[in-house]
Amino acid sequence: MAQFQDLAQAIAENIRPGDTVALEGFTHLIPHAAAHELIRQQIGDLTLIRMTPDLIYDQLIGMGLVKKLIFSYAGNPGVGLLRRMRDAVENGWPRPIELEEHSHSAMAQAYEAGAAGLPCAIFRGYKGAGLKAVNPNIREVACPFTGEALAAVPALRPDVTVIHAQRANRRGDVLIEGIIGVQKEAVLAAKRAVVTVEEVVEDFADLHPNACVLPRWTVAGIATAPGGANPSYAHGYYDRDNAAYLEWDKIAADRDRFLAWMETHVLKARPEIFQDRVAGLRRDAA
Amino acid sequence: MSPVTPTEFMTIAAARALSNDDVVFVGIGAPSAACNLARLTHAPDITLIYESGTIGTAPEVLPLSIGDGELCDTAVTTVSVPEMFRYWLQGGRISVGFLGAAQIDRFGNINTTVIGDYDTPKTRLPGGGGAPEIATSCGKIFITMKQSRRGFVEKIDFFTSFGHGTGGDDRARLGITTEGPVLLVTDLAVWKPDPETKEFTVVSLHPGVTRDQVQETCGWTVRYAETVEETPPPTDLELTTLRDLHARTHAAHSGARPTAAA
Repeated sequence: MAQFQDLAQAIAENIRPGDTVALEGFTHLIPHAAAHELIRQQIGDLTLIRMTPDLIYDQLIGMGLVKKLIFSYAGNPGVGLLRRMRDAVENGWPRPIELEEHSHSAMAQAYEAGAAGLPCAIFRGYKGAGLKAVNPNIREVACPFTGEALAAVPALRPDVTVIHAQRANRRGDVLIEGIIGVQKEAVLAAKRAVVTVEEVVEDFADLHPNACVLPRWTVAGIATAPGGANPSYAHGYYDRDNAAYLEWDKIAADRDRFLAWMETHVLKARPEIFQDRVAGLRRDAA
Repeated sequence: MSPVTPTEFMTIAAARALSNDDVVFVGIGAPSAACNLARLTHAPDITLIYESGTIGTAPEVLPLSIGDGELCDTAVTTVSVPEMFRYWLQGGRISVGFLGAAQIDRFGNINTTVIGDYDTPKTRLPGGGGAPEIATSCGKIFITMKQSRRGFVEKIDFFTSFGHGTGGDDRARLGITTEGPVLLVTDLAVWKPDPETKEFTVVSLHPGVTRDQVQETCGWTVRYAETVEETPPPTDLELTTLRDLHARTHAAHSGARPTAAA
């Protein structure tokens, strides 16, 4: 049952060193504030799962907290490469990381299989693709009815899934709107889920009956973190900070500059700074 | 109006390949510019789909990522990512997949994974994302990228997504039922696969481009179709629409925000 907690407490109580953790959000609603709290608490040896690792995994990897990454697209969207991840893969800095690489289709369906309580996802994919040769978790099964050769990958079952959402109500139900990505599947596939939200409201009045709502009993901890997705965005609250994504490419290009940025903006910072960062990105801001 | 640049020419030539009836899975970067230019000019009813789940989107500016908020705001509907890949892509609802590439070979096989060895790469690239299944599940594949010796290679370092393999009926032999790469538009030329060998051959050169230029920027020996035409130059409408789109996009992404009325 959902507990309302402060962010530090929600992370400390739910994520332990060595855990397999998915911080999801497909470009939209990426849980940056939660990832920064994870870094501040120095919870390490993590196996991280995420379709599109994005800046938060560049930061976690660059701070040496990651031993393995399960992913399908490791880029800075629309900008280029993830330079801290590259440094880890190409030079083992600050530590080598193990990679398990998939396609988007495989990852999305592996989360879905996890949520559905199945051991694996079966789909039509990876035909002629090189990943089959380098990832032993990509296998083939024959359809028992038609004989068609189909791809199979193990279900994703994180110890913890962390997401950011627009709002929770006082009971602890969570509402996600806009590009909903793979968050519902990632939460239902996990043993525990931590959610940060823009705000907590009395109730979800006038909600569309088909809205994406996670009932309170599917979530372990909820923390209010206004602006917590920045520089990603929260639909209806604030825009994506595209300039920050462009800027990250320069920050992450240099180890010292990266470490200095992390010291100032993460290690010595508090979750409350996210609220200030999005002040100019709100739709009603001008 | 200033003269058309090679990149603009590429985008405009690529846009022309799309029609009103197409349902297009749009890759980010050059494909996204071409698809939106088509929508803003000759194909206003084209359905553009981005892998974030936005179906039938019509953004005012080019998205920096596949999941920008405007894609959702302007879409007919937004579905979850598992649904996107299962029902819409794997379900066979998409007529054209429009991709870019870091490396391509003469058979339209694409690498966006690594330069060098997979386990000890010289350069770790972002990886495939949706491309491995886009390449095999969409009805056909269009590719657009600038020509260079780094990009147009004899042998790609990694098969991120499958084109025509080693040519001929390689796709069919792997049980792939879709057409695969049928068009490659570059800054210099338009290429289409030979009907038999499936090797990309030049079918038209952009005005002023020589065969030497095409060869200098290509790592394999370039073959030409029997008749090589000249790509028709951009119209004023195409060029103006593209430049306006880029200007709006640049203003939006550089952090410039609308100023409040006094």
